[in-house]
Amino acid sequence: MIDFFFLVPIAIGLGLAGLASFMWTLQNDQYDDLEGAAERILFGRNDGPR
Amino acid sequence: MSCCAPGAELDLHQPGARDDEVLLASRRLHDGLWQTDLSVPDIHCGGCLHTIETVLNKLGGVASARANLSARRTTVLWRGDTPPPMIPALEAAGFPAHLYEPATNEKDVVLSELLRALAVAGFAASNIMLLSVSVWSGAEAATRDLFHWISALIALPALAYSGRIFFLSAWRSLRHGRTNMDVPISVGVLLTFGMSLYETIHHGPYAYFDAAVSLLFFLLIGRTLDHVMRERARQAVSGLARLSPRGALVKRNDGSQSYLPVDEIEPGMTILLAAGERVPVDARVVRGTSELDLSLVSGESAPRVASEGTVLQAGVLNLNAPLTVVATAAAKGSFLAEMVRMMEAAEAGRSSYRRIADRAAQLYAPLVHSFALLTFAGWMIAGRDAHFAITAAIAVLIVTCPCALGLAVPMVHVVAARRLFEKGIMIKDGGALERLAGVNAVVFDKTGTLTSAQPRLTVQGKPDADVLALAAAMAAHSRHPYSQAVARLGCCPHTLTFDAVSEVPGNGIEARRGNDVYRLGRPDWTIANRRLASAEFNATVALSVNGDIQVCFGLDDQLRAGAEEAVAELRRLGAFTEILSGDSDARVRKLAQRLGLTSVANARPADKIRHVEALKQAGNKVLMVGDGLNDAPALRAADVSMAPASASDIGRNAADLVFLRDSLQAVPEAMIVSRAAATLVRQNFALAVVYNVIAIPLAVAGAVNPLLAAIAMSLSSLTVVANALRLGPARQASTASAPAVPEEAPLLLGALK
Repeated sequence: MIDFFFLVPIAIGLGLAGLASFMWTLQNDQYDDLEGAAERILFGRNDGPR
Repeated sequence: MSCCAPGAELDLHQPGARDDEVLLASRRLHDGLWQTDLSVPDIHCGGCLHTIETVLNKLGGVASARANLSARRTTVLWRGDTPPPMIPALEAAGFPAHLYEPATNEKDVVLSELLRALAVAGFAASNIMLLSVSVWSGAEAATRDLFHWISALIALPALAYSGRIFFLSAWRSLRHGRTNMDVPISVGVLLTFGMSLYETIHHGPYAYFDAAVSLLFFLLIGRTLDHVMRERARQAVSGLARLSPRGALVKRNDGSQSYLPVDEIEPGMTILLAAGERVPVDARVVRGTSELDLSLVSGESAPRVASEGTVLQAGVLNLNAPLTVVATAAAKGSFLAEMVRMMEAAEAGRSSYRRIADRAAQLYAPLVHSFALLTFAGWMIAGRDAHFAITAAIAVLIVTCPCALGLAVPMVHVVAARRLFEKGIMIKDGGALERLAGVNAVVFDKTGTLTSAQPRLTVQGKPDADVLALAAAMAAHSRHPYSQAVARLGCCPHTLTFDAVSEVPGNGIEARRGNDVYRLGRPDWTIANRRLASAEFNATVALSVNGDIQVCFGLDDQLRAGAEEAVAELRRLGAFTEILSGDSDARVRKLAQRLGLTSVANARPADKIRHVEALKQAGNKVLMVGDGLNDAPALRAADVSMAPASASDIGRNAADLVFLRDSLQAVPEAMIVSRAAATLVRQNFALAVVYNVIAIPLAVAGAVNPLLAAIAMSLSSLTVVANALRLGPARQASTASAPAVPEEAPLLLGALK
């Protein structure tokens, strides 16, 4: 039973971390130009997301 | 495009937006920074992004430039009083650009809301499912209770957050005394959650948190995809160049000039209208002679001469010489505004179409809810305790699964919209797809719809190459669209040099060489001998030497690509097809005979509405295909409507579907896809019914447990989605006769017409 007190929060915490990072990327307009982002990786200069 | 006579298309190109117009379309941000959005249809690779950003960043005043490959747009931030020459710079780099509407450029809030709701539902569904699997695999007593409690804790905020999209919509429709699909969904989800919570509190063995949350998750997937497809179509349409002017150069009494937005132009103001500009409001010419292109306004394909006193309707394109006009009406009293009013009136007359999903919901919700009620009553009468009766009743609600029903329609529509998108056809909403499937009468506008958006100038007769070269050499001296077309007709460089060349506005070009006078222009001006055959006076442009005719050029109604095939295909699909045009009888009849269609000519906008209404009254489902301002009310009046990308702004907005490629084949193609989609929707409903027929007796008997419910739900959703995916490649066999279309959707470039 004691294992649950570690494992369940860890499992849910990982899920929450994923959810939070998705929300952050959404907030940061990272899905505005998916095709463009795929091409920009080939540019030489540093050209991070806005 | 092949044609019997050699010809060249007129390049009716609007000049690049002036600085004032750029300023009007820009948004002021903080500390002196301006943002301008440009639509750049030619962006198609990473290299393009790089070039565009480099070119723009080099311009003085540009703070930053960011190109977007998916939306084919560029956002430029700049400082200063006048905008940097962004459009010319891009044009020079090989990327024709035009201003993008700031009003439609707000960030898509609905999409990010849907995505957030989807993410939350996805997170909750996966975590609850994890716990549920442990319960199903045999967690007992305290462990099970603990897992149920954790599930409840995750489910509650997730339902509140993700479910609100459905709850709000259900509440809105209930408040208006209607039901839609969201009502049974909301009732089902809320009751399921309530019962599960009760079970959890009372240490019950079964809780359905996973069912409630994964139901939301599946439905949100369908809804988000649906929204993305529609948004993509909307963006592609709004990325097209705007054809109506944003403003006009107004000359004040004190002689100063200023660029005013259309809304601020009042009757009596003097407007300077350059060649290539559209008339902003209804006006009267006070100075200058020019030719006008009325094709978008009235459907007339032949240009008309305007001189002092000519009354102009808003939206008319001034072709070759500057005009000074006086506004006779404000924007809201103009021809354009009148069309908008007619559209609204037509809209009101459009019988309110109920989407098939809503009609299904209307049947489904009462049926399922009374089933649940009967189950409850039945078990109570049979003497079982209230808890068992309620559990069975709610199980009925869960397994009848609005899930499959909620996905049945949107999934098919998403797939269909995707197919249409690949064919360059943008559809604005799923309802249009349903209406299109039932169409049995197709009404075409002529100018710009059945005929090509750009008129063609063709050579009449068989002149010597030398004569053509002479015409081309003269035409090279003018920027008039006819001249440019003539210039392109000349095959070989002409060695003639003229002593003097002058352009006579409204008439043509006059050149002198020695004692010879060459004239290229209006036939009645160029040709001295008045006893010529009338055919030659029908010509649009003629070349003469000392008054003797050399060659004539005529304006030809060039059939839009694929028009004949499209008409044949529509006939095969069993649709009655006809032409409804505002152009003159002779021209319309000529085209109608060529295509073998019936026709109505000289139709004013009100006549068009009446004609469409009459067709509808006779019990037909009417598809209107048109492009002009004058078609817009009829587009609204018809059951469903299509417009080419070259259509007027108002026509594009009025139409339910917009096709970006040149070919008219888009019309039968859209109908084929919509009919296939309608079949699949019916199949999906049938699947949902079959599934319910099996599941409901089990639930009524009280034999359903959470594991069974979860399996049933996933299975039914998957079948429906898989069935929807069948719409596609297999169906393309029926349109195999269509000519090969380019892979890349050629977004219509710039301001044609």
